[in-house]
Amino acid sequence: MQLLVQQVINGLSIGAVYALIALGYTMVYGVLRLINFAHGDVYMVGAVIAFFLATWFQRLGLPVWVNLSLVFLGAAMGCAALGFIIERFAYRPLRNRPRLVSLITAIGVSLFLENLFQQKMVFGARPRQFPPLIETRTAISFHVGHSPVAVNITNLDVINFVLVIALMIVLSWVVLRTRTGLALRAVSYRFDTAALMGINTDRIIAFTFMLGSALAAVAGVIDAMRYQVDPLMGLVAGLKAFVAAVIGGIGSIPGAVLGGLLMGLIESLLRGVILPSDYSGYADGAAFLALILILLFRPSGILGKYAPEKV
Amino acid sequence: MGNADADHPVRAGRLPSWVINLFLIVLVAIAWPLSRLFDSQIDPYFLDLIIRIGIAIILAVSLNLINGITGQFSLGHAGFMAMGAYTCGVIAKHHAITGGASVPFFLGVTLLSGVVGALAGLLIGIPTLRLRGDYLAIATLGFGEIIYVVLTKIRSIGGCEVGGAAGLHDIPTFTNFFWVFAWGMICIVFIWRLVYSAKGKAFYAIREDEIAAAAMGVDTTFYKVTAFVIGAFFAGVAGALAATWSGNLAPGSFRFMRSVEIVVMVVLGGSGSITGSILAAAVLTWLPEQLRAVEQWRMVIYSLLLIVMMLVRPEGLLGRRELWWTRRRAIPRATATVAPP
Repeated sequence: MQLLVQQVINGLSIGAVYALIALGYTMVYGVLRLINFAHGDVYMVGAVIAFFLATWFQRLGLPVWVNLSLVFLGAAMGCAALGFIIERFAYRPLRNRPRLVSLITAIGVSLFLENLFQQKMVFGARPRQFPPLIETRTAISFHVGHSPVAVNITNLDVINFVLVIALMIVLSWVVLRTRTGLALRAVSYRFDTAALMGINTDRIIAFTFMLGSALAAVAGVIDAMRYQVDPLMGLVAGLKAFVAAVIGGIGSIPGAVLGGLLMGLIESLLRGVILPSDYSGYADGAAFLALILILLFRPSGILGKYAPEKV
Repeated sequence: MGNADADHPVRAGRLPSWVINLFLIVLVAIAWPLSRLFDSQIDPYFLDLIIRIGIAIILAVSLNLINGITGQFSLGHAGFMAMGAYTCGVIAKHHAITGGASVPFFLGVTLLSGVVGALAGLLIGIPTLRLRGDYLAIATLGFGEIIYVVLTKIRSIGGCEVGGAAGLHDIPTFTNFFWVFAWGMICIVFIWRLVYSAKGKAFYAIREDEIAAAAMGVDTTFYKVTAFVIGAFFAGVAGALAATWSGNLAPGSFRFMRSVEIVVMVVLGGSGSITGSILAAAVLTWLPEQLRAVEQWRMVIYSLLLIVMMLVRPEGLLGRRELWWTRRRAIPRATATVAPP
């Protein structure tokens, strides 16, 4: 029982990060019908920016909370700029070409970022430990039933949850209550009609990329503090977040959050509770199995709408 | 993308086909003594390059059948290659036959590796080929990753060492110039004849417009799965050749990156052009050797090439023409000749 509760908490904590990344996939897919393959690498770039900022801030001796918020803010702004550049120079010129062309370009951008950051003069191929801005310790600890082992929630998990919930509130306010959000929904509902209604679609698409990239950056910083910074960290995390977006129904914003949390839960339960420890490594493969199953049986995902191909 | 794709010449050339067949057989037969000569005379570094180019050609041409010609964007080619490589590696390591029987033995093992690859292709193809474009890419990528995860976890099958995450080492080497050349010829000729036959038009039809092809009576599922299985077969063979050439197998070398390398060859050469794939495979294997100084920047350059190529010339170097086709013989641009009613 203790194990179960602990794994559920861990799963939600991992899943919240997946949800942040999945939001970027789902929003871009919503407006452009493009799988932004490079999104996972934007998350990696966020972690790397945070790494350099944190190393630099550590020497300045500012209070922890100032450091932490500056690191998050810096990474988010850096990645928003990166998202804008990627959209402007790699995707925008190809917008009227067949979708496969954009997909190959997206793979190219992803490879470019991964390999650029593996260069010694940029970051280096080896994973590096994140500078200890705050030390990880148990923030909340409680007992379930009569189990002698306590369920622990670390302060990182708390920051993670608070941050993710705050971002969700901000995001839903932006999407549901502002004019830009209205335009974003219009563009994702029907691109051409939205353009005819006087919406500057180029600007909305750029905004979508920046918003998604900033969310990915926050996810990157959280994971960097939790694990380490690795130029290839975006590959698997990006894929899993994509799977999460598909499970939730790609194009649907609440779906991405739901899918992310589900994904984290499935993974952590498989790893810790369901699979025997010898086989726990197979949990990585389970994500892709889930993707294939969902694509086969319900391609529109949990909250997505079914869109048959018209001639 | 255009939709008029009707003018592919069905015949490979003007010569009668038996002359071409005889020529090809003689060509493969010559490779046998040539291979002996190469083994003893040629610079091993140069031979290594030739063999790797040959393997890359098999991979690129077989992927071209799936990605370029049938238009089903697959990112799992390295997974099929891994299936073949591990089949061959495990058999060669534990049940190798040396001496006179080694030639039929190795032929059998490469064939078996190809069949294992093809079975994996069939198993993966039937469910995933229902998906379109980008979803298919992700699903095949997922399968590639599953194969990788499984390979890192399995240490032995039925008492035979498979290696797990550490990889499989000290595999006896069987591959030489002859094997790579012969399999390369088989792969190219097989796919060429298939694609430029009357039935081969179905593959192009599916790429151009799947719904229209189905409406014209093309069994799209059958042709898509066929392309997938044939491509996977040759990927398995290429894996087997690679395994018994280097003697070492690591699961990490069959990940996403490997698939992308092959995709880059197909895309740069021209999706749908067989000679384009051959050319790109040769150049992209040879070029990094010449650029040792920038070896570590290789993938950066590859990815930039890919992006620039898509921006400037998305159809690849040769487009969908073959090397010696003149522009006039190539497919005419799509022209709307039928007025809407």
